[in-house]
Amino acid sequence: MGIDLPLIWAVIILFGIMMYVVMDGFDLGIGILFPFVPAKEDRDVLMNTVAPVWDGNETWLVLGGAGLLAAFPLAYAVILSAFYLPLILMLVGLVFRGVAFEFRFKARAGRRRWWDHAFIGGSVTAAFFQGVTLGAFLDGVPVVDGNYAGGAFDWVSAFSLFTGLALVAAYALLGATWLVMKTEGRLQDRMRALARPLVWLMLAVVVAISLWTPLAHAAIAKRWFSWPNLLWFSPVPLLVGLVTWRLLHGLKGEGHASPFVLTLALLFLGYTGLGISLWPNVVPPAISIWEAAGPPQSLGFALVGALLIIPVILMYTAWSYWVFRGKVRHGDGYH
Amino acid sequence: MDALLLARIQFGFTISFHIIFPALTIGLASYLAVLEALWLRTQRQVYLDLYEFWIKVFAVAFGMGVVSGLVMAYQFGTNWSNFSRFAGGITGPLLAYEVLTAFFLEAGFLGVMLFGRQRVGPALHFVSTLAVALGTLVSATWILASNSWMHTPQGHAIIDGRVVPVDWFQVIFNPSFPYRLAHTVVASYIATALMVAGGAAWHLLRGNDNTRVRTMLSMALWMLLAAAPIQAVIGDQHGLNTLEHQPAKLAAIEGHWERAPEGEGVPLILFGWPDMAAETTRYALEIQRAGSLLLTHSWDGQIPALKDFAPADRPNATVVFWTFRTMVGLGLLMIALAFWGLWLRRGERLYAKRGFLRFALAMSPAGLAAILAGWYTTEIGRQPWIVQGLMRTAEAASPQHSAAQVGFTLALFVIVYFVVFGAGTAYGLRLIAKGPASDEAAHPARGGPGAPRTPARPLSAADAQDDAQDDAAPVAAHAKEDERHGH
Repeated sequence: MGIDLPLIWAVIILFGIMMYVVMDGFDLGIGILFPFVPAKEDRDVLMNTVAPVWDGNETWLVLGGAGLLAAFPLAYAVILSAFYLPLILMLVGLVFRGVAFEFRFKARAGRRRWWDHAFIGGSVTAAFFQGVTLGAFLDGVPVVDGNYAGGAFDWVSAFSLFTGLALVAAYALLGATWLVMKTEGRLQDRMRALARPLVWLMLAVVVAISLWTPLAHAAIAKRWFSWPNLLWFSPVPLLVGLVTWRLLHGLKGEGHASPFVLTLALLFLGYTGLGISLWPNVVPPAISIWEAAGPPQSLGFALVGALLIIPVILMYTAWSYWVFRGKVRHGDGYH
Repeated sequence: MDALLLARIQFGFTISFHIIFPALTIGLASYLAVLEALWLRTQRQVYLDLYEFWIKVFAVAFGMGVVSGLVMAYQFGTNWSNFSRFAGGITGPLLAYEVLTAFFLEAGFLGVMLFGRQRVGPALHFVSTLAVALGTLVSATWILASNSWMHTPQGHAIIDGRVVPVDWFQVIFNPSFPYRLAHTVVASYIATALMVAGGAAWHLLRGNDNTRVRTMLSMALWMLLAAAPIQAVIGDQHGLNTLEHQPAKLAAIEGHWERAPEGEGVPLILFGWPDMAAETTRYALEIQRAGSLLLTHSWDGQIPALKDFAPADRPNATVVFWTFRTMVGLGLLMIALAFWGLWLRRGERLYAKRGFLRFALAMSPAGLAAILAGWYTTEIGRQPWIVQGLMRTAEAASPQHSAAQVGFTLALFVIVYFVVFGAGTAYGLRLIAKGPASDEAAHPARGGPGAPRTPARPLSAADAQDDAQDDAAPVAAHAKEDERHGH
């Protein structure tokens, strides 16, 4: 067969996960920032910046899961078994924060506080365990005869717990810069002030992970530091430095949208770095995308739909964001 | 308890919660589309009020459906990894199509539907409502194609120990798919109609009588009158399909153990207690030959009996016998409610007959209960197979999880679901108990940024005032309004 179906599907799933990280990243970030914004009116504004779009953002996560099952059933079975507990804790977090969008506006005053806590706890939990899963994924998954061969708590490591915290910080920065774009006045100033230390935190995290990953994983070190790979990949850290500098600059000035766009760029670079480290394994360290791929009849059938429909999805998603463009103000309430 | 049993309980538990919410969102989304279409056509305020009222209930149900569905999408891998590896080549692409064609459509247009009335024109808003309603139906189509394939698999080959699709048309349009899809979608409409009718009955019983409540009751009962009898016919056809393709399930539903002697026909067991150990149905109340008549349309037609199958291949008849009868019994009560309502329409007794209203109120959760009972019947009836004839449920579970691990996550889901969905149900019921206000449409849900682009409601102040009076003197105003609209 001339077309490399597993390769195309790997690209689609990578794209889907990136869309998820970028889009649900900022609305999870809003939950993470909630404790820093105690006033009810401000919290309403925060929530209203994402209320019309969060559901679509989260759908990319479902696409990631469904795409993995469709194209790489072996990887789906192994990964979800290996990360059983962190993924279920992530889902529980997403359950709480997902319903909080509806419930807190329909709850009585006393109960609303409870749903605020559920929103915060759910967002932090979901973000943290996504990061933990990512770190544990980089650590590698033992597989024997196509089955996960590790224990229930293999995902716990200093590295995975650190990546968990790192993702919380990354989402918080995305949320803060999103809010710089979507709010105004006092609230916007508050977000600018919050974003600056978060940028430094993010930079520290990126540097730590960039050093830690190759130190702990010889195969990944070899990927990055062998010639000529070093030459090809050197723009990644250089661009990270450049973007961070621009970002700090933008947060000092009057930029509204630029900090968010630059944070997206930063995240995209980190994501690229991960992709370079792992390629072409769908289950590191040993199972490649070609080994884990489902039958070509399944990949081909689903591909027709993906290629035709994803552009349409992107169009109406963009339209929906456009409908809700502009600043959110106090009193734009969802009663 | 072993990990397999705990995994089965976990699946049964999470899907029992999940199935409720899509059923309501399928029904409510279509109801909202009809309300908005009627409003656009007639410009009668009552339809817009009802739209703005029910969309809040819809949003709560939708939110719960999304988060419980998210859990389902990952559970196939966490607890049933052998099944995913074996059948992922077919269930994966079908789920991927559901995400691509339905979930994104619903999620993409939901924002505009909930918050966008003042930002887009009426036509675009209506398109958004239609897109969401269409999304719910498309979603049902894909997931039921996948589920039906697990009941009546075809169009595949088994290569190297896993399922490989050979003919996607055959996979999707497998023998039980059309019946299952029709049965489920109609069930969703019925369950929603019963909930709307029950809500209206509650308000009428409390003396809260106005045009909006009456319109709710009337529309819901027309829906029920159309759908409940049709559902009986679809159910009958689905039964014949099961007889043909899943005879063990049907024998278990009937509590039918042994083939009758030639020429005697099969009795219909109305009630009894199928005893799996003793291989008989105790205390059976039978109608001679009725089983043959119903299932083969002849006096002495034979149907397969449970003893035709090895004990290891028999579904649990004690359970499905009763879940099936629960579903059918509730269905008969629904048909009775629909026809009683039709009878009471003469002289508008529909809105005043307290016995009828109490019956409607009592029946408001019956549709959801029937859906659960029917779901248990079909899914437990498929056991011991996860994919009929191809893979047993016992082989499908993830091999590496201990009972402690699955037990912990089960306990976690039980606690979280009762808290979250308990609260959600309470909010939904509280919204319904508040009832649609006469100025509901003046306060549409707003959220997100941007300046309003179109007037909130292109209606004259006179209309609003008229509607307000309507609350004070409901019956007179209702008659007046009907007169005005030439009813």
